[in-house]
Amino acid sequence: MQTVEETLRNYIAENILFSDRGYPYADETSFLENGVVDSMSVMDLVLFAEKQFSVPIGDHEIVPANFDSIRNLANFIRAKLGQPA
Amino acid sequence: MARGLVQDFLESSADRLPDKEALVCAGRRLSYAQIERQANQLANALRARGLQRGERVVLYLPNSVELVVGIFAALKAGGVFVVVNPGVGPEKLAYIVDNCQASGLISWSARAEAIAALASQSPHVKTAVLVQSDKARALPGGVLDWESLLAGESDARPAPVNIDLDLACLIYTSGSTGDPKGVMSDHSNVVFAVNSITTYLENREDDVVMDVLPLSFDYGLYQLLMVFRFGGRLVLEQGFAYPAEIMKRVAEERVTGFPGVPTLYSMLLSMDLSHFDLSSLRYLTNTAAALPTDHILRLRDEFPNARLFSMYGLTETKRTLYLPPEELQRRPDSVGIAIPGTEVWLEAEDGRRLPMGETGELVVRGRHVMRGYWGDAQASAARFRAGPIPGERLCYTGDLFRMDAEGFLYFVARRDDIIKSRGEKVSPREVENVLYRLPGVQAAAVIGVPHPVLGQAIKAFVVQNGAGLTEADVIRHCRTQLEDFMVPRVVEFCEALPMTTSGKIKKTGLR
Repeated sequence: MQTVEETLRNYIAENILFSDRGYPYADETSFLENGVVDSMSVMDLVLFAEKQFSVPIGDHEIVPANFDSIRNLANFIRAKLGQPA
Repeated sequence: MARGLVQDFLESSADRLPDKEALVCAGRRLSYAQIERQANQLANALRARGLQRGERVVLYLPNSVELVVGIFAALKAGGVFVVVNPGVGPEKLAYIVDNCQASGLISWSARAEAIAALASQSPHVKTAVLVQSDKARALPGGVLDWESLLAGESDARPAPVNIDLDLACLIYTSGSTGDPKGVMSDHSNVVFAVNSITTYLENREDDVVMDVLPLSFDYGLYQLLMVFRFGGRLVLEQGFAYPAEIMKRVAEERVTGFPGVPTLYSMLLSMDLSHFDLSSLRYLTNTAAALPTDHILRLRDEFPNARLFSMYGLTETKRTLYLPPEELQRRPDSVGIAIPGTEVWLEAEDGRRLPMGETGELVVRGRHVMRGYWGDAQASAARFRAGPIPGERLCYTGDLFRMDAEGFLYFVARRDDIIKSRGEKVSPREVENVLYRLPGVQAAAVIGVPHPVLGQAIKAFVVQNGAGLTEADVIRHCRTQLEDFMVPRVVEFCEALPMTTSGKIKKTGLR
């Protein structure tokens, strides 16, 4: 089974970066600072995460601490699912 | 401001209000004098490295202090600034650098590879600079470090070399077809547009404007220019990915002016805003695309203290129309009248000026009509045509509008967007407005698709927020509100609609 990180990397590589060489950044790389994901794409990412992992995400949770890197987002999703980080 | 140059905005404010906090960005707070000194240093550095009057400086940076400094430094050095969205890929960046024959190239470490390649390959680049967040990383050959470059230069204001007929900036717009085109603005175009817009917004020195839009987009860029013109404060953010954070910042910084786009307002309206203190907001503006009428009315309820300006413009004239907020109640779907000091009218395809009630192309006359497209005489000739007085330019917008009896304008469609179905002209906007009134519809886009009988059939793309709508629900709703030739034949539900970097729904990819 794919890890949460792998699922997110693949989604971003295929649907946001349109990359044919996978996700080319480190898991800690800040999305916004490095232009990985722009404002619009964060909303796509929210919708994807809600659907893929069946977790409802509130407005107040859409903040950089939860969404600004693969690592942050994976930890956030695991916390939502009640899994260890 | 006898010279009428764009950098005068910064220089006069730095002379008049040196210690005033001008820019708040990424945890930093800078005064006018601090920005002025850094811009002088960079301008002197660019000059020392051979930048000539009128040469282009490409700023490939996210919204940041360095981008603000870079814009004014390019002008002070006598150059022309070109802000490129940091989300643009290496091919498009290379196209722009080559197209404008950039002499200066300024970017940040996340784009080191692309910058090093361009610095070594492009014959015109004299100075390439990187803003580095991580000093430990080695700088590519031929590329300078921002901080060390500035440290070695005088912060004395360089003597101006330009007059107001010289170009100030190129703004690249991605048309629906073909390569991006650089809209050329001279200093007088920019100064005029800034003065006109700040007049109707009634901007004051104590205004604090929040800018979440990229400075590569004219709407985002002009927030900076306007604020520096009237000596206010700009709160510059990296984007609006995190709407709750943005609202928190509005409250913390006591923001008075908030420019938005429909997507952003649609996100805000889906949130509970009651726990933010938004009482400082004096005005909201919208442009880039029209707000659905329903959203306009709801925004007025959510932000009762703020005046809402619905506006329309295109990069080729900056801003074109605005609706005075007191008219919003009577004509919520109008984008108003010509901005102060300019005029507009509607023309038929045969060049006849149209009376009220008829639909025609919007034609714009005023000093905000830009100078044309960089290196593209053919496209310039189609868009910018001779006016009634020899030597003047009018802008033919390619957008169809209707005018009411009191002279207020209503957007109908892009001329090439109009769908002809069953021989009838259908405005996608009109159908989209109806779709937005259906509860559960978060976003909608309507296009025409080839149809053997109808010519074109109406197809709707709908993003819903978990309401469980079916195609039949959507079509049934449209039937109750639209003439039957306007009712979509096909409804496709999708997760999200493709967006341009400026927040408009990008229809070119929809099929």
